[in-house]
Amino acid sequence: MAQHQIQVKVNGTDHKAEVESRLLLVHLLRETLSMTGTHIGCDTTHCGACTVLLDGVPVKSCTVLAVQADGREVTTVEGLEKDGKLHAIQDGFWQEHGLQCGFCTPGMMLTSAALLANNPDPSEAQIRQAISGNLCRCTGYVNIIKSVQYAAAKLRPEAG
Amino acid sequence: MIPATFDYHSPQTLEDALALLQGHPDDAKVLSGGQSLLPLLKLRLGAAGHLIDIGRIPGLEYVKEEGGVLKIGGRTRESALEHSDLIQTKYPLLAQTAAVIADPLVRNLATVGGNLAHGDPANDHPATMLALRAEVVATGPNGTRTIPIDQFFLGLFSTALAPDEILTEIRIPVPPARSGGSYVKLERKVGDFATAASAVQLTLGAGGEVASVGIGLTNAGPTPLRAADAEQYLTGKQPSADVIAEAARRASAIATPSADRRGAIEYKRQMARVLTGRALKQAIEWAKEH
Ligand SMILES: Cc1cc2nc3c(=O)[nH]c(=O)nc-3n(C[C@H](O)[C@H](O)[C@H](O)COP(=O)(O)OP(=O)(O)OC[C@H]3O[C@@H](n4cnc5c(N)ncnc54)[C@H](O)[C@@H]3O)c2cc1C
Ligand code: FES
Ligand code: FES
Repeated sequence: MAQHQIQVKVNGTDHKAEVESRLLLVHLLRETLSMTGTHIGCDTTHCGACTVLLDGVPVKSCTVLAVQADGREVTTVEGLEKDGKLHAIQDGFWQEHGLQCGFCTPGMMLTSAALLANNPDPSEAQIRQAISGNLCRCTGYVNIIKSVQYAAAKLRPEAG
Repeated sequence: MIPATFDYHSPQTLEDALALLQGHPDDAKVLSGGQSLLPLLKLRLGAAGHLIDIGRIPGLEYVKEEGGVLKIGGRTRESALEHSDLIQTKYPLLAQTAAVIADPLVRNLATVGGNLAHGDPANDHPATMLALRAEVVATGPNGTRTIPIDQFFLGLFSTALAPDEILTEIRIPVPPARSGGSYVKLERKVGDFATAASAVQLTLGAGGEVASVGIGLTNAGPTPLRAADAEQYLTGKQPSADVIAEAARRASAIATPSADRRGAIEYKRQMARVLTGRALKQAIEWAKEH
């Protein structure tokens, strides 16, 4: 089949769409659903600007077919904020100046949020390793690391 | 970049997937993690009329030991292998290989079966599987057959898998005591294919001599290479610094890399030598401690 009826839960909301087999997940998000927070930086699976969470796992949405996401849950940068409150990782990038142009930031934040969900107290090396598939052309990564550390501290229970 | 049109199928069982492959004998491709196939289709370096997605078939992702054999399900993700306790504690060569394939995001989707079935000598698992003397289980319309890894890689992007076969399992003999392994890869940056890389798996005898050894080279020719001469030379010898150096030299002598932006032929051959020496030393260290 070249056309498919799919249902994808994006940031908690079910979306139905009829898609071509070849439609990429990133294009479903940006064009069909008009959610442009997910960026396209390279289109050759190198940069990670298109990172989203697929069932909680960070993947490059330019290298996943929309139809592969049928029946699954996607989290994009638009889904990080809850009830008008920034996610700790968003707060971290703001407080620690973790971005300059901001192009890599949605992907960076989603990868980092997934890291913190599995590892609440990552070492600097573990943070660097986790974001090694997300390229940033501006910051030199130093403030990105600080942003993730800020978020980790904020998310830990003892921080209150 | 957008791939040319194709039909997509999402079979729920292996039988259905095999039937779909048989139904489209000339232009169907298995879609596993998609981390090699989708980039190729997007760049239009490849085309397929039908993609048979094996992603929804249950029972293809596992890592377990059974009857003296380590069994890895064909669709096991690289990230699952990388984080498996069994692999980390007992199979350093596999753990070290999985950890340097592509980047963490790609590894969340890329599969071990796909890494082998792609038939790319630049991929990292092929050399590792040569060193481990693995077997590949292929399931086709007439049941399953087992392919020794030495007969699996036929040429650039070409393997012994028939178009209507699915790689369902990888089998590796459980290593005896005093075994160790190591994968040493030179890459320009995370996510790059190897400039050169060497996979070593060995077992030490009671007297500290090399009782058996497997050595595989990545990106050193049109297929992954087994350094058979170096393996024979090492077997039965005490692994002194001189012996290791000579084995590494013999391994690099079989390399026929091509020149590209990662380096010249002679440079890559030298790197294959240096990396094999390091992999041997690390494998020996591990074997002594375990
Ligand atoms: C940015 C980037 C960097 C990379 N770096 C590396 C690297 O450093 N080292 C490395 O080794 N690889 C690297 N790769 C390649 C990729 O990670 C691997 O080749 C991957 O493991 C392929 O697995 P897959 O499941 O994604 O295969 P797919 O893309 O789904 O399939 C690849 C091929 O194998 C066939 N196939 C897949 N599974 C089966 C099966 N079970 N039975 C029969 N045929 C099958 C497909 O039909 C296709 O022809 C990189 C990829 C990218 C995008
Ligand atoms: S746009 Fe997907 S990795 Fe760059
Ligand atoms: S802030 Fe500009 S690319 Fe990262």
